[in-house]
Amino acid sequence: MTITQAAPRRRGMTRKQRRLMLIGLAGVVLTAAVALVLIALNDRIVFFNSPSDIIAEPPAAGERIRLGGLVETNSWEVLSDGVHRFAITDTAETIPVTYRGLVPDLFREGQGVITEGTLGEDGIFVADSVLAKHDEAYIPAEVEEALREQGVWQGEEGDAAP
Amino acid sequence: MIAEVGHFALILATAVAIVQSIVPFWGARTGDGRLMMVARPAAVTQFLLIGVAFAALMHAYIVSDFSLVNVYENSHTDKPMLYKVTGVWGNHEGSMLLWVLILAVFGAAVAVFGRNLPDRLKANVLAVQGWIGVSFLGFILFTSNPFERFEFPPLQGADLNPVLQDIGLAIHPPLLYLGYVGCSIAFAFAVAALIEGKIEAAWARWVRPWTLAAWMFLTAGIAMGSYWAYYELGWGGWWFWDPVENASFMPWLAATALLHSAAVMEKRDALKVWTVLLALLTFSLSLLGTFLVRSGVLTSVHTFASSPTRGLVILAILGVFVGGSLALFAMRSSSLTKGGMFAPISREGALVFNNLFLTAATATVLVGTLYPILLDAVTGETISVGAPFFNFTFGPLIIPLLMAVPFGPMLAWKRGDLWAAAQRLMAAFAAAVIAIVIIAVATGASEVLAALGIGLGVWLVAGALVELANRVQLGRIAFGASFRRLVGLPRSAFGMALAHAGLGVTVLGLVTASTWQTEDILEMQPGDTIIVEQREVTYVGRNRADANNYLADQFRFSVARGDSEFFMTPERRTYPARGETTTEAAIETIWFSQLYISPGEVGADEALTVRIFWKPFVTFIWLGSIVMVIGGVLSLSDRRLRVGAPKASRNRPAIAPAE
Repeated sequence: MTITQAAPRRRGMTRKQRRLMLIGLAGVVLTAAVALVLIALNDRIVFFNSPSDIIAEPPAAGERIRLGGLVETNSWEVLSDGVHRFAITDTAETIPVTYRGLVPDLFREGQGVITEGTLGEDGIFVADSVLAKHDEAYIPAEVEEALREQGVWQGEEGDAAP
Repeated sequence: MIAEVGHFALILATAVAIVQSIVPFWGARTGDGRLMMVARPAAVTQFLLIGVAFAALMHAYIVSDFSLVNVYENSHTDKPMLYKVTGVWGNHEGSMLLWVLILAVFGAAVAVFGRNLPDRLKANVLAVQGWIGVSFLGFILFTSNPFERFEFPPLQGADLNPVLQDIGLAIHPPLLYLGYVGCSIAFAFAVAALIEGKIEAAWARWVRPWTLAAWMFLTAGIAMGSYWAYYELGWGGWWFWDPVENASFMPWLAATALLHSAAVMEKRDALKVWTVLLALLTFSLSLLGTFLVRSGVLTSVHTFASSPTRGLVILAILGVFVGGSLALFAMRSSSLTKGGMFAPISREGALVFNNLFLTAATATVLVGTLYPILLDAVTGETISVGAPFFNFTFGPLIIPLLMAVPFGPMLAWKRGDLWAAAQRLMAAFAAAVIAIVIIAVATGASEVLAALGIGLGVWLVAGALVELANRVQLGRIAFGASFRRLVGLPRSAFGMALAHAGLGVTVLGLVTASTWQTEDILEMQPGDTIIVEQREVTYVGRNRADANNYLADQFRFSVARGDSEFFMTPERRTYPARGETTTEAAIETIWFSQLYISPGEVGADEALTVRIFWKPFVTFIWLGSIVMVIGGVLSLSDRRLRVGAPKASRNRPAIAPAE
């Protein structure tokens, strides 16, 4: 097939110049994207911690972290207006948690959960989200790993979550 | 017996797919027309056989044949019939079967409607479809066979995950798969073009409608999934930047880019190499999505340890297709002829701008999705990458693109005039500024970002309208003449305007619902009242509302404002078969806004913990997607693009003879 090519006009650029300009623009956008990603990876990601991790190496004040483990038996109480107080344990260490909101349907004592929030100066973890998956057999992978480290992991009873 | 027929049909389908992947390809190599002609019946037969297998599995679900492991694990005799049917794909094995069924549907569609395709291109395209089919059929047969039997069948099934017992399961996965798998057509065309080392004129005319169709299904599937998560999970969120969501969002972004670059290729014969690369990347991202969701890698990288074969096989398929196609691209792309030239300020330039920002944005989503998985695999450190990451990276890349959208259609091909385009867009710009000022004044300038966001949405909607007005020369010629022009516009013009306006509507919904949402978490005893958006929400009390396969507590709320009153009844259900509890939030749509009530636990004295949201204009988020899809349908129905319209190639007999 034949393609009529626009002849470079007086104001126009040559094919090479146009291509260079395109590559330049692409370079700028990609550099911006890379910079954004690097900055975000530096301070906009959230690390997972087990209670032992927090005791061993407390997070900086105000740093958002995820705290995961088992909800300690007999620790869960519901205060007024949806404030929950419970403790998360990996059997070696235990961290008290407060959370205002509705807990997931499968939240119960002895169940593995992940909470996200910040550790207060009083040592109480203030969570703004609580995750527990909709599956009886499910234990969050991070929690499973942390429990393995503590040597209390009992192994899977059911199949993995779908 | 019927299950065995299904199993056997699946094995036969694999055999046919093997034939389809080798014989036509060989024919195209050697120029043997008879070998190439095998592609068509093979594709149709493959579709019929997989259809038989799918029907057999559905039959097993409908009659609750618990001698099949798959049916036992995911069904129950007390389950409503709708969920028995949809439960077919509410599990790993069944959903993979749906995946290959849809792949076969697309393959058969190309075979049947592709009469006007050059023989060699068609043979190669169907052969590539065959390769994909063989891979996934093999995957199903060897690692995920839905027809596996028990030696001693149980009497009752384990029931379907209650969260999936919803109409959403009937709609969301098929739509999403139609989108994912639809991208395989563009992929097959791209690989065929690379194998032949040339791109014929028919190429873009074919790739564009198929990509458009896949894009529509993806758009609808993602929107449906978002709404499903919104009402079912009870958290009131519509997008969580969850890896599973990203898995479908990345192909959508890439398909959107492909749609635009294919337009350049069709109209101006430019950006060929780039379009081919995008077609490869779009399907690669679809495969990646399938891998992320189906391999279990997202629950944990360690799922590889418990079920190593499945994940590894999909990873291998992913590696072969992505690596193979990119290697082919590297070897052959230089043989594709370079196309027409264009000035930086032109329609083509605008579409390149679109592609640049869309691919960069896709890349950030890709990094954010894969980084935690790779980090965990390499260092064992567990992190979560969520909304803060994506808002920071994706936002700055997508906002300039959204601002540029109305300019694109205003610029002429080859060489455009930015200043003239800006002048023509003055009305849209004025509308956006007025919206910003009104919002800023009304909210006391406290929500500047939200006001700007509203301005952006208005700019997109108004820009689309101005573009149409400009096409019909509204105001410049007599109104009647403008109207006749409007009627005479090709449907694709309306399609584009609607798609861009729909984007604006979605932006408006996102901004309003996330900025002005109110949330109350409180404990209510029967009789308690709370005021939400000038409405009295009263907790009336609770009663039992058991159904066939679950026990339920229903909580009755009355919502009153002046004389009007209505009731909302969220529920908490317990499914005894699986011992699981789910929350069914109650949602009342008031104009475009929604009142959302999600119940929690019942404590002492019948006190119910409850979460009540007011979500202003939240429905715009999904309505905008529907508008986009309607735009896609209109474009697709345009005579010029209609799938298989044979006139197109006859009109240009000089271009690209098949041999």
